[in-house]
Amino acid sequence: MDLLDDRKRQVVTAGETRAVVCDRPSVAGSVTQRACSFCGSRVVLYPIADALHLVHGPVGCAAYTWDIRGAQSSGPQLHRLSFNTDIREEEVIFGGEKKLARALRELVAIHKPKGAFVYATCLTGVIGDDVEAVCRMATAELGIPVIPVQSEGFKGTKKDGYSAACRALDQLIGTGPTEGIGPHSVNILGDFNIAGEIWVIKGYLERMGVEVVATMTGDGRVDTIRRAHGAKLNIVQCAGSMTSVAKLMKEKYGVPYVQVSFFGLEDCADALYQIAKHFGDPEMLRRTKEIVKAETEAVLPELARIRKDLEGKKAALYVGGAFKAFSLVKALRQIGMQVAMAGTQTGGPADYEHLKELCDADTILADDSNPLEMASWLALRDVDLFIGGVKERPVAFKLGIGFCDHNHERKIGLAGFEGCAAFAREVHATVTSPVWSLVPRRAGKGSA
Amino acid sequence: MLDSTPSTVADRVALKINPAKTCQPVGAVYAALGVHGCLPHSHGSQGCCAYHRSHLTRHFKEPVMASTSSFTEGSSVFGGMANLTQAFSTIFEMYDPDIVAVHTTCLSEVIGDDIPTIISKAREEGRIPEGKVVVHCNTPSFVGSHVTGFSAMVKGFVKYLSENTGTRSTAINILPGWVEPSDMTELKRMVAAFGLPSIMLPDTSSVLDAPATGEHAFFPKGGTTLPEIKAMGDAKATLSLGTWASLEAATLLETSCGVPFQELDLPIGLAATDRFIESLRGLAGVDVPAQIEDERGRLVDVISDMHQYLSGRKVAIYGDPDHVIALTEFCRDMDMKPVHVLTGSVGNAFETRIKDLLADSVPDANVKAQGDLFLLHQWIKNEPVDLLLGTTYGKFIGRAEDIPLVRVGWPILDRVGHSYFPTVGYLGSLRLAVEIISAIQERQDRDAPDHAFELVL
Repeated sequence: MDLLDDRKRQVVTAGETRAVVCDRPSVAGSVTQRACSFCGSRVVLYPIADALHLVHGPVGCAAYTWDIRGAQSSGPQLHRLSFNTDIREEEVIFGGEKKLARALRELVAIHKPKGAFVYATCLTGVIGDDVEAVCRMATAELGIPVIPVQSEGFKGTKKDGYSAACRALDQLIGTGPTEGIGPHSVNILGDFNIAGEIWVIKGYLERMGVEVVATMTGDGRVDTIRRAHGAKLNIVQCAGSMTSVAKLMKEKYGVPYVQVSFFGLEDCADALYQIAKHFGDPEMLRRTKEIVKAETEAVLPELARIRKDLEGKKAALYVGGAFKAFSLVKALRQIGMQVAMAGTQTGGPADYEHLKELCDADTILADDSNPLEMASWLALRDVDLFIGGVKERPVAFKLGIGFCDHNHERKIGLAGFEGCAAFAREVHATVTSPVWSLVPRRAGKGSA
Repeated sequence: MLDSTPSTVADRVALKINPAKTCQPVGAVYAALGVHGCLPHSHGSQGCCAYHRSHLTRHFKEPVMASTSSFTEGSSVFGGMANLTQAFSTIFEMYDPDIVAVHTTCLSEVIGDDIPTIISKAREEGRIPEGKVVVHCNTPSFVGSHVTGFSAMVKGFVKYLSENTGTRSTAINILPGWVEPSDMTELKRMVAAFGLPSIMLPDTSSVLDAPATGEHAFFPKGGTTLPEIKAMGDAKATLSLGTWASLEAATLLETSCGVPFQELDLPIGLAATDRFIESLRGLAGVDVPAQIEDERGRLVDVISDMHQYLSGRKVAIYGDPDHVIALTEFCRDMDMKPVHVLTGSVGNAFETRIKDLLADSVPDANVKAQGDLFLLHQWIKNEPVDLLLGTTYGKFIGRAEDIPLVRVGWPILDRVGHSYFPTVGYLGSLRLAVEIISAIQERQDRDAPDHAFELVL
């Protein structure tokens, strides 16, 4: 297919020496799959379940982020309500600060939350509302932390929104008591608890003898985040979103961090070992080995069976951050599949170099792709599986290709050893579905 | 999760909780998708476009294409002209649409970008190829709702493209309002039954209910064509279905092209469909075709047969004004009691109309425009209902209060069928009536003690 000259530099095959040009704004006019800063901030902070999340802006920003992300809470469900100042023409002219202050009062009276996050949007940014000042006054008046999130949409992509979210978290961390936190304690940063994944991870850690102080991006709570600085180690999974919090906590409180992935057998085992080694407790290391052995043995036979059916089949993936892509390439290989195309919305130069090493020489690597070029690659390489999010799903189905959601609308947890089996089962079910043979282009190709 | 909603209604002036509307631009996108070969373009930050595409995809389970001006911090200071002119080059080079439908966002509106000027400049610079069309509408998100955004885009197409050549055709214009692809197909079938040639704008059938062929059509085969939109200016009449979504364009067709219009409700339910059919009969100058008479008769038959299950049932209706008005009348006519009626959209006319419809049957109904679903929930806590009628978002209330929900309107994010089976016309109303009756009967079966659990209902 024809690519704009400008676009061509953002697409390579893994065998080429040329680097992927990335980390740049989308060309205006493209049907980009990317979103905005607000979206990034909202996604990161949303799972803090007992906080009030108030969108200061037009109704749309609140409506489109109302309970669209399957982050589960083991307790309060306050995060799943949609709160909004519904900025109208009058505030555009006279400013929205008064309305924001009033909305916070009205809200706290109804819901009595542990804390509140106030998200700035394009609109309140451009009309010049001082969200920070309103939050400062509200904190004093209402007696709960009211934290501004500087997430004006025009400030960049989701990645910039992640940073804004991290700065907001930074204001909360370090404000609670740390008594009673043991030596083998961690925070988990950058999971999403979609389909209950964090409970799987927590389960392993508890069996290892590790105490989980705070989770932030899945099943989070205001009070535990306030005391997170008392933990002895930060575990970072989604590096793109949460590394900056980990770095800040290292600087301010001396809490070291490790970068891990709980997705894929190897990565998951590696993650648990890294944590155990960090604490240097031989007993913990022994328990960890037992867990890894038992859990791996529990899923290997099924993976082997599934691999037989999937061997040599081709996958394409397009995800938000590069770390998801790394894990997926490895996990697909584990079940015998080749990766024909791998793309990300927000990957950086080093990420693409790493992807080149992981992928086959002819794998297409694309930064900030669009449905038109992706659809052409899927057909050209005759792939059997597409992994992506809500906007990619119907494109795959129209082409008669299996699909696996690796974003907010995932219904099955993919973390941990049991998650590997779940991923393999899901991929197997969609790739070998007889449904695809009903689609004219792929007649007869669907079944295993 | 909404169990904690307090039943005491306190005045809220600054705060919306659980909105019953969204912002204008998504309506502009939906309308533009109903024009053949058209790429909707969002002049704002790229998040807007991503959200609109995602939300429409969740409702239709279909690919939704739209481009964005990808505003940056710089554009928010210096204006979005450079972005939009660049966008035209990118769009025509990469996607080659016949027409680009630009809509604004809150950001570009506050900055004050003048879209017509930018379009002419881009044309002068050769960024818009010969023969390609660009139209626009203004859809700031701090005004109106998604419904008025839809209306603005439909009006935009008329304003830019419809022409009166001086010769009246025999065709009629149908402005279907914000309805499903299935509804548009059904409306066309009914009009054709009268032998009337017609042009429908927009027409999302065969766009957002596209068949799986194994190919991905970036521009699906359906949609109103450019020559058709042009010819709307020569039509002999316009039927405007749904005041909020269609009246603006109908009015413009009359003032600028001299096409008279009739203002109708969405033809959902018996009485509203009767009025639609009566209009068609008048325009066609023929008797109502027997098949349509029979369809009406079947609807009446089912409502009569099942009357005991419908009579006196309390229902809460919420969603977009055009839908809610039609649904309220339909429920009233089936002897149900719409005790709570709410829209998130603006308009005192909404409250007046609903109160009018319910003046005799439910004079003390709660009625509100610019409401939210938190308020609806509070109303329901104070006066429970047997049924919820509205969008997917009602499922939280349904779960908290254990009330069945029949999904109708936009968006429906958790079920399929709406884009394939209509709710307009006698047939569509029959389908809706059956869904309502089934929901009530399912509940009756579930709740009946053994001695009252019956095989035959």
